[in-house]
Amino acid sequence: MRPPARKPLRDAVREARLFRVRAMTALAVVIGCFAVLAGRFFYLQVVKHEEFITRSEDNRVKVRALPPNRGLIFDRRGRILADNRPAYRLEMIPEQVAEIDATLDELAQLIAITAEDRERFYKLKEARPSFQGVAVRLRLSESEVARFAVDRHRYPGVDIVPYQTRVYPQGEEFAHVLGYVRQLDAEDLAQVDATEYSATTHIGKTGIERYYEKRLHGRVGHERVEINVQGRVLGSLERAPPVAGDNIYLTIDAQLQSVAAQALGDSTGAIVAVEPASGEILALVSKPSFDPNRFADGISVAEYRALVNSPERPLFNRATQGGYEPGSTLKPYIALAGLELGVIPLDHTVYSRGYYQLPGQSHRYRDWKREGHGRVDVVQAIAQSVNVYFYELAHELGIDPIHDYLAQFGFGARTGIDLNGEASGILPSREWKRRVHHLPWYPGETVITGIGQGFTVTTPLQLARAVATIAARGRVPHIHLLRQAENSAGGDVHAPRFAPTFIPIGNAAHWQAVVDGMTQVVHGVRGTARVIASDNPPYRIAGKTGTAQVRAIAEDEEREDEELPRHLRNHALFIAFAPVERPQIAVSVIAEHGGGGASVAAPIARQVIDAWLTRGEEEPAVARQGLRPGSADACRPDCGAAREES
Amino acid sequence: MSRAVGRSLPLAALRYFVSRPMVDGGLLVALLVCAAVGLMILYSASGSDLSAIGKQCVRLGLGVAVLLIIARIPPQQMRNWTPAFYAAGMVLLVLVEAIGEGRGAQRWLDLGLIRFQPSELMKLAAPMMLAWYLHGRVLPPRIRDVALCLVMVAVPAVLIARQPDLGTAVLVAVSGLFVLFLAGMSWRLIGTLVALVAALAPVLWHFMHDYQKSRILMLIDPESDPLGTGWNIIQSKIAVGSGGLYGKGWLNGTQAHLEFLPERSTDFILAVYAEEFGLLGIVCLFVLYLFIIGRALSIATRAKDSYCRLLAGSLSLTFCVYVLVNGGMISGLLPVVGVPLPLVSYGGTSLVSLLASFGVIMSVYSHRRLLGGQGVHR
Repeated sequence: MRPPARKPLRDAVREARLFRVRAMTALAVVIGCFAVLAGRFFYLQVVKHEEFITRSEDNRVKVRALPPNRGLIFDRRGRILADNRPAYRLEMIPEQVAEIDATLDELAQLIAITAEDRERFYKLKEARPSFQGVAVRLRLSESEVARFAVDRHRYPGVDIVPYQTRVYPQGEEFAHVLGYVRQLDAEDLAQVDATEYSATTHIGKTGIERYYEKRLHGRVGHERVEINVQGRVLGSLERAPPVAGDNIYLTIDAQLQSVAAQALGDSTGAIVAVEPASGEILALVSKPSFDPNRFADGISVAEYRALVNSPERPLFNRATQGGYEPGSTLKPYIALAGLELGVIPLDHTVYSRGYYQLPGQSHRYRDWKREGHGRVDVVQAIAQSVNVYFYELAHELGIDPIHDYLAQFGFGARTGIDLNGEASGILPSREWKRRVHHLPWYPGETVITGIGQGFTVTTPLQLARAVATIAARGRVPHIHLLRQAENSAGGDVHAPRFAPTFIPIGNAAHWQAVVDGMTQVVHGVRGTARVIASDNPPYRIAGKTGTAQVRAIAEDEEREDEELPRHLRNHALFIAFAPVERPQIAVSVIAEHGGGGASVAAPIARQVIDAWLTRGEEEPAVARQGLRPGSADACRPDCGAAREES
Repeated sequence: MSRAVGRSLPLAALRYFVSRPMVDGGLLVALLVCAAVGLMILYSASGSDLSAIGKQCVRLGLGVAVLLIIARIPPQQMRNWTPAFYAAGMVLLVLVEAIGEGRGAQRWLDLGLIRFQPSELMKLAAPMMLAWYLHGRVLPPRIRDVALCLVMVAVPAVLIARQPDLGTAVLVAVSGLFVLFLAGMSWRLIGTLVALVAALAPVLWHFMHDYQKSRILMLIDPESDPLGTGWNIIQSKIAVGSGGLYGKGWLNGTQAHLEFLPERSTDFILAVYAEEFGLLGIVCLFVLYLFIIGRALSIATRAKDSYCRLLAGSLSLTFCVYVLVNGGMISGLLPVVGVPLPLVSYGGTSLVSLLASFGVIMSVYSHRRLLGGQGVHR
């Protein structure tokens, strides 16, 4: 193409003017457009600024919850019972993972992920906000950590996270005291403050771990971190560190606990040892037991089911939940009731010819000794466990006075120990029978209540409390496991102080007579448990044997318990305190199907008492505030004063 | 002028360039200030990447050299070369259609030493061609002339749109329409054309690529796909909005530095600027752009003939369209089209071609009609 030739008609001035008008018009439009655009920026940057600054912050800042370290648990001398150890877990932040299922499948090739792990992961994922990491697997092995580390870049949003895992060094021995922690699941999360637990993986499910969960857990920390578009953390902007849970010191003595557990051996049963003055539990054993570490590690459903379904019920805490007929261990309390309520005088005697009959009835309530014990006073009645004495006494007392007097020792009532699920037992009365069984009370039931049979049900814990009450001469101790809790940061100490209750004492000689009877049980020539004092121990023990019937015994049946199959044999019971003059320990022992209290339960109690009274005088790691050793005795005058007022 | 250059040694030529730059000082300073602002934001947007700054400086130097050279070419000369230039551009466009390469779209032509987009050439060639055509006509143009001009601009625009590069196609078309508008095309005709485009819009929609459609849909509701196609608009708006009145400060833009903002050194660089310098910074930048456009338009009005007027005017207005489209895009007013922010966005082709077009405007300036009716060199 060639430029067309100029036309002569052109008016250069007019064309220039036309251009100027058009250029001015265009400029006006341009300025208008810029004004609109500036208006748009004004709208975004001034009017909507708040909204966008928030969104920009949301973009770059994420709040991460920091788990608190769980408080440690020690025994009364500072020996560690529940420890935290570093471990690694595999964690996924659901928000950052596009294909969760496929990712889990791939991860399963590197790290063992069971169907249960998956199920728990999915449930927990629903319960937590999607920007929070959810554990896929706990306690990765070193090789798993190494395998993942190699492929880590392939899994954005998945990472190995160090954490603290719970370890119980003593294993089975403390399972029923400490309980265990278990991996937190969606149901647990619904029970607790979800914010506080946003970084927590484990929660106390039983025992001390559950009862003091709040104290042990601590407070969650928060960290505001800056992240980039890939979600990678670039740095911490602000940090509110977590507050570790309180360290807890139990009243338990680990060494005594160990002795008790070994003394009980393979028997199923329970042992409770308390310090009579303070109510501090020195040992609490229930057998069979289980390894709490299995729960902390993430127990499999099969393994858990096996524990639950085992006929020996290892998860069942016999010491606090087991209900046993007290048998003859109830006799000292019946005797005390008779004396104190004025039903019998101190010098009251009864002739035992082998059986007892209610007036006008033919049924014979048998003595354990077929030929009878002859004439016995209260001391010998206790020492020889003369049934006839107590049949008669119970009949004369009547069930309701028995109920009211024994209730003061805490029979039929929970001790209030700091463990969940304690059983209350049964202390029968007319009102109780009417209420529960809708039946009237029969006189014969009062008679057998006198030797601890019939409806009465006690827990080993109650038996220990009751015998400690005799040891402390009417001072009913508050049974507890927590010696002190200390704030791990500031050392702020919390030591619970419990006000004991007192049983009014009518005549101290009555109490002395009962204690004398119990002392004769062990040290008397005819004491039912004299076998355990045959070596003349350097201190004196007051005790009482008992036998809890597992099956009904016919009136005329020869009792050859040892010939029976084990599960039908009677339970052996023994309660004791020592030294008699200045009691430092009160014990109750139940050996299920052990046969006689004297032959099986009493030697176990002796071992526990021995271990405690001959223990080396180590310096306690924890200086107990307020309650120094021996302060219980120092307290006696005040206690006496308090009793006189009441 | 060609005689003077021909006699000189290169050194003498350089001295001559510097001593008599033959440019509008004010405009050149405004352009350089604008480019300097660009380098500053680029430093922040690229994450303090000095090598990127270095590259951009080299391109800026090249662009300024091109500007200074073109500024010395008399408009008459350019007018003479216009048909050939236009024809060459068309040939290259057809070549791209046949053998071009590029990511997702065929835009690039590899010439061994440099790879460049012939469509960039057409941004200059199309308005030149129309100005050349109308230069010889009585203005305002008659319908037949307008029709012919429309064809001359539509053909390259369609070819570019087919690459597909809708942004550049629109810019080429617009630069041609600006020539017609400035030439005094009757308002009635403009109205008719606008009505025609509006009527054809649904048809155009039908021929659009899916990604182009989604960009337009995203504009209406970016939140409907916040992690996909809506991401750019949302993050850009967050960057702009969170900047506020005064901005977060240079190098403090979190949207950019934490990589939430995509394309932050190229098409979305204005969002980085808005985040770090706030509304005040934006207004200052707009004033700078308005100054450049106003200055360029005033040069056009004082040009000595139709060709110069139309070409300079069209180029100034096209420059303005760049700014407005880019600004509209990052603030969520317009769809995401690949239009860089002139003189600021990272990238060589656009910078050099823009400075080349300002070279043309400078040439018009230095060969303007003076009060005495004389050119500078006559």
